Amino acid sequence: MAENGASFEAKQADGELVIALRGRWTIGLVAAVNSQAAALRPGGARRARFDLTAVEAIDSAGAWVISRTRAALQAAGLDVTIEGGGPAQEALLDKVLAAGLPPPAERHPHHYFIHIVERIGAALIGFFKQGRDLLSFFGAVTIAFLRLFRQPRRIKFVAFIAHIEQTGLNALPIIGLISFLIGVVLAYQGADQLRRFGAQIFTVNLVGVSVLREMGILLTSIIVAGRTGSAFTAQIGTMQVNEEIDAMRTLGLDPLDMLVLPRVMALVVALPLLAFYSDILALTGGGIAAVFLLGMTPTQFITQLNHAVTLNHFLVGISKAPVFAMLISIVGCFEGLRVTGSAESVGRLTTQSVVEGLFLVIVFDAMFSILFSFLHI
Amino acid sequence: MTTNPDATPVISIRALVNRFGKQVVHDGIDLDVKRGEVLGVVGGSGSGKSVLLRTIVGLNRPAAGRIQVLGEDTQGLDDADWRRLESRWGVLFQSGALFSSLTVAENVKVPLKEHTDLSPRLIDELTALKIAMVGLPPDAGGKYPSQLSGGMKKRAGLARALALDPELLFLDEPTAGLDPIGAGAFDELIRSLQQSLGLTVFLVTHDLDSLSAICDRIAVLVDKRIKVDTMEHLLDDPHPWIREYFHGPRGRAARHAQAE
Repeated sequence: MAENGASFEAKQADGELVIALRGRWTIGLVAAVNSQAAALRPGGARRARFDLTAVEAIDSAGAWVISRTRAALQAAGLDVTIEGGGPAQEALLDKVLAAGLPPPAERHPHHYFIHIVERIGAALIGFFKQGRDLLSFFGAVTIAFLRLFRQPRRIKFVAFIAHIEQTGLNALPIIGLISFLIGVVLAYQGADQLRRFGAQIFTVNLVGVSVLREMGILLTSIIVAGRTGSAFTAQIGTMQVNEEIDAMRTLGLDPLDMLVLPRVMALVVALPLLAFYSDILALTGGGIAAVFLLGMTPTQFITQLNHAVTLNHFLVGISKAPVFAMLISIVGCFEGLRVTGSAESVGRLTTQSVVEGLFLVIVFDAMFSILFSFLHI
Repeated sequence: MTTNPDATPVISIRALVNRFGKQVVHDGIDLDVKRGEVLGVVGGSGSGKSVLLRTIVGLNRPAAGRIQVLGEDTQGLDDADWRRLESRWGVLFQSGALFSSLTVAENVKVPLKEHTDLSPRLIDELTALKIAMVGLPPDAGGKYPSQLSGGMKKRAGLARALALDPELLFLDEPTAGLDPIGAGAFDELIRSLQQSLGLTVFLVTHDLDSLSAICDRIAVLVDKRIKVDTMEHLLDDPHPWIREYFHGPRGRAARHAQAE
């Protein structure tokens, strides 16, 4: 089956421009003839006639090119007729002509510099608005939480336990692995530096204090923000897209009670436990590195660790956990509830939830450091 | 091949079996769709109307049977042939299935950009034409799907399905969820596009008004099999479900409206 591409021939006689079309004027083939048709000029003719007798097939793309050429000729003051097409082709041409010439695509003129300033301004305002909304959401969650004491029936116990399992128990392998390896790395790198001063034994202090005060909780929070904060946003966001949250409201259920509080409370319980677990695994990693790579005996390591760290170090670290848990879970739920309509918005807000969660965790960690140094803890 | 294209059916299904686990949905379906006709597919909920559609367009792999679409066997095509075949049909999904991150115009452009080598300008023009042909206002092109009403989403979905000027159009419950006036207008739109573009339409529907208004033949899915006939013949069919369907109060009302 030979495919004959679209083509046409324009001849002028007695002030009449005859445009004889040939071949298949269909979407795959019409590109070849498009610019040629656009370049067609009346050239002094007063009338024009499209002759479709030799056309094999026509679809709406072909009909469009014909109809656009016709409109251009008409605009130039010519009297245009179309003839020789079958009934089906004429019906299609009528349809396309009836749809009319679409307006040319609008191009927004924008000044580049003003555009940049505008974007910066919009981003800044967006940032502050976001902060305000987050704060008010935090307030709403707090009120909903306090309401639980008056109406304990509102507590969704099953959801709470399920979320502890998902956010806490299921995170044990990844958090354990990463903490252990970071413990090894800290001990090894620390020992490398301290060896120069002959103070290799203080590797244990380095590992012990840094893990208990900072590394354990920070690592755990970062993993949880990536793992759980994003999951919260995606879960709630998808429910938002499916109108499940609207359905909840019409059934007289408060999404704060149903979705947000179980998640926040579960993470507030789970994150300190995870942080404790991370502390233990990181210290174990440090200990194993000390024994196998640096040649300490296990007893030496434990004795030195006992000298180096106090209960305070541990408490300083672990006391940050509930705060970080609230930040991560509230940001996760907040972004999830902001989802509107589309799948694209679920993705965007999930990313935003992780970025914001991490940002807030680090900022609060810095503030804790300053606070503790003021309090001489 | 020099056979008359009008003689070979556009879709030809033989002994099709579909099953999910132990549940058999289709048990030996034979169906021919002729060129240029509008075939309405009806059946109770769960009778596998959408599954049949999804099987024909290759979204669902049948357990057994043979499907020929536009003269090509759908099983055993390589990727390039399959893509060429796919560009010859358009599918409108139940809720439009527009890409939510793209505007209506961008949605319509997706197949044009992917499957043709037209100039960007001609693509813009054809996009605007398709949007106008399905009866959307020109400013709808710049809107996102979440900003459209249900009826407009379906029209936009139809514009995307028609972007490549397909020979064959699959519609999955196009009028579901539309108000009666909107549904009537949509039926009319499909009919007029079908006639002017010379389309063959495979229409899955629940809407008795659509059936009597625009369908040439009707395929009824009952008892895991299919029964194809014109509306008049199906009215006399003894099968209890078909009787109930066409002679129930809604069926009578739709026929009555059509007769007037």
